[in-house]
Amino acid sequence: MITFDHVTKIYEGDVKAVDDVAFTVEKGDICVLLGPSGCGKTTLLRMVNRLESITEGEIRINGKSNRDLDTIELRRSIGYVIQSNGLFPNMTIEENVTVVPSLLGWDRKKKRERYHTLMELVGLDPAEYRKRYPHELSGGQQQRVGVARALAADPPVMLMDEPFGALDPITRERLQDEFIQIQREVKKTILFVSHDIDEAIKMGNKIVLMRDGKIMQHDTPSEILVHPKNEFVSRFVGKDRAIKNLSLHTVEDLQKEIGLGDINETIQDTKTVNIHQDLRNTLSTLMNQEAEQVIVTDDHGEKLGTVTIDHVQRYLHLEIREKAPVSTEG
Amino acid sequence: MTWFQEWIEFLNVNLPLIVDLTVEHVALVGLAILVAILIGVPLGIYLTTNEYLASTILQAASIMMTIPSIALFGVMIPLLSIINKGIGFVPAFIALVLYSQLPIIRNTYTAIKNVDPGVRDAAIGLGMKTVQRLFRVEIPNAMPVIMAGIRTAVVMNIGIGVIAAFIGAGGLGVMIVQGIVRTDQYLIVTGSIAVSLLAIIADVLLGSVQKWLTPKGLETNS
Repeated sequence: MITFDHVTKIYEGDVKAVDDVAFTVEKGDICVLLGPSGCGKTTLLRMVNRLESITEGEIRINGKSNRDLDTIELRRSIGYVIQSNGLFPNMTIEENVTVVPSLLGWDRKKKRERYHTLMELVGLDPAEYRKRYPHELSGGQQQRVGVARALAADPPVMLMDEPFGALDPITRERLQDEFIQIQREVKKTILFVSHDIDEAIKMGNKIVLMRDGKIMQHDTPSEILVHPKNEFVSRFVGKDRAIKNLSLHTVEDLQKEIGLGDINETIQDTKTVNIHQDLRNTLSTLMNQEAEQVIVTDDHGEKLGTVTIDHVQRYLHLEIREKAPVSTEG
Repeated sequence: MTWFQEWIEFLNVNLPLIVDLTVEHVALVGLAILVAILIGVPLGIYLTTNEYLASTILQAASIMMTIPSIALFGVMIPLLSIINKGIGFVPAFIALVLYSQLPIIRNTYTAIKNVDPGVRDAAIGLGMKTVQRLFRVEIPNAMPVIMAGIRTAVVMNIGIGVIAAFIGAGGLGVMIVQGIVRTDQYLIVTGSIAVSLLAIIADVLLGSVQKWLTPKGLETNS
């Protein structure tokens, strides 16, 4: 869907911001461009809709080089979300959301319908916000409007530059979860810039980890966690990468591999977790000793068995040590 | 009769003259401001795309402001005499246009420059053309500051317009100048009060225009 063909960006004074980057983002994937500040991830993103020029190489969208397309048309066919949300303060929420349809000359009825659909998609009441202005909204609401605006003309490709970076941790997590839900519905091809490894693991089907304009590793989140290609990757991922990796697995995976424990009916102090909950959060529950026994339930509330720290440890050993051996450092 | 009663009597007799001079004054200042806006606002917007020219022009406009108005009129008499317009409306009009440039250009330039970079980036990234970005995003958001510059220019020009009477441009300055020459208190007081009232009324009117032109979303107290 989006192919980076040996893309290089050289600024004046021979500064290589992006250095011979080559990879492909598959249709319907969220590809996270990850790395420390100044690694060239934002520059790379901005080269896709030609907010930055390409010095060498080319970027192809659906097989067509983005250089051959009209800049204005290209940008209107790509959703764009930025950290500071960039809502237009002089326009109402409805005008903001439908700004690209307006530029494309849609009629009023079609724009109104689209506004309703989009606001419901991002979880805001269309009628309540229609005549409001951006400054009257909270940061989280503004960013939802930003996402709605980017989706307005139903672009196949979205560029998101740290869209949740300026939000408080609780709001950020909620918007991440909601965005994953939205993506299940809209199935866009997304390039997502982040400097946060946890966000990258959570949001990405693929991660492109960059440093000094070069790709350090392009892999699935679990491959990056389990098989860091070099010293930089393993340092960036952090010493707790085994724990991070747990967020990619659910209790159900554990059940399939090693089974669950038996339920001891005599213990009163119990807590339940859903079978689809990820193991990282499950481990937190266990470590916090919120209850003497943690019971796993399915979506209908049926009790399936118990899980303990020992289970998680055995699963971790099996998954990470034996299925995918890693070097002992880190 | 007291001084005050005599003054009222003076006003009664001279009302047609006062009205005529006020109309002249308003016409001179109004026309000068209109032309100044037509030059200053586009120039201010253009300067945001040309840093080098911006500092040069803003400097030139600042120097312009330091020239005393009476000296500027003096300089223009020989220059415009070439086309036989040394005194009267033309030199006064040119001087007022020149004096208005600094507040108008500077405020427009600053206001457009200060539009949130994130907002500008979003406008470009969503596929607005330069003109669309200017008219849909940048100018509406810059409007309060641009209007503030125009208000400053108008109030300033109503004051400078008084001096224009010295070179025969008419206006309320005529009363003050004649009052000084004839040591006529009534003329001086009437002219001065009329000029002050004109400035206050113009500022209040422009204040409501400013409010009307400011997008609702920018009103922080709403």
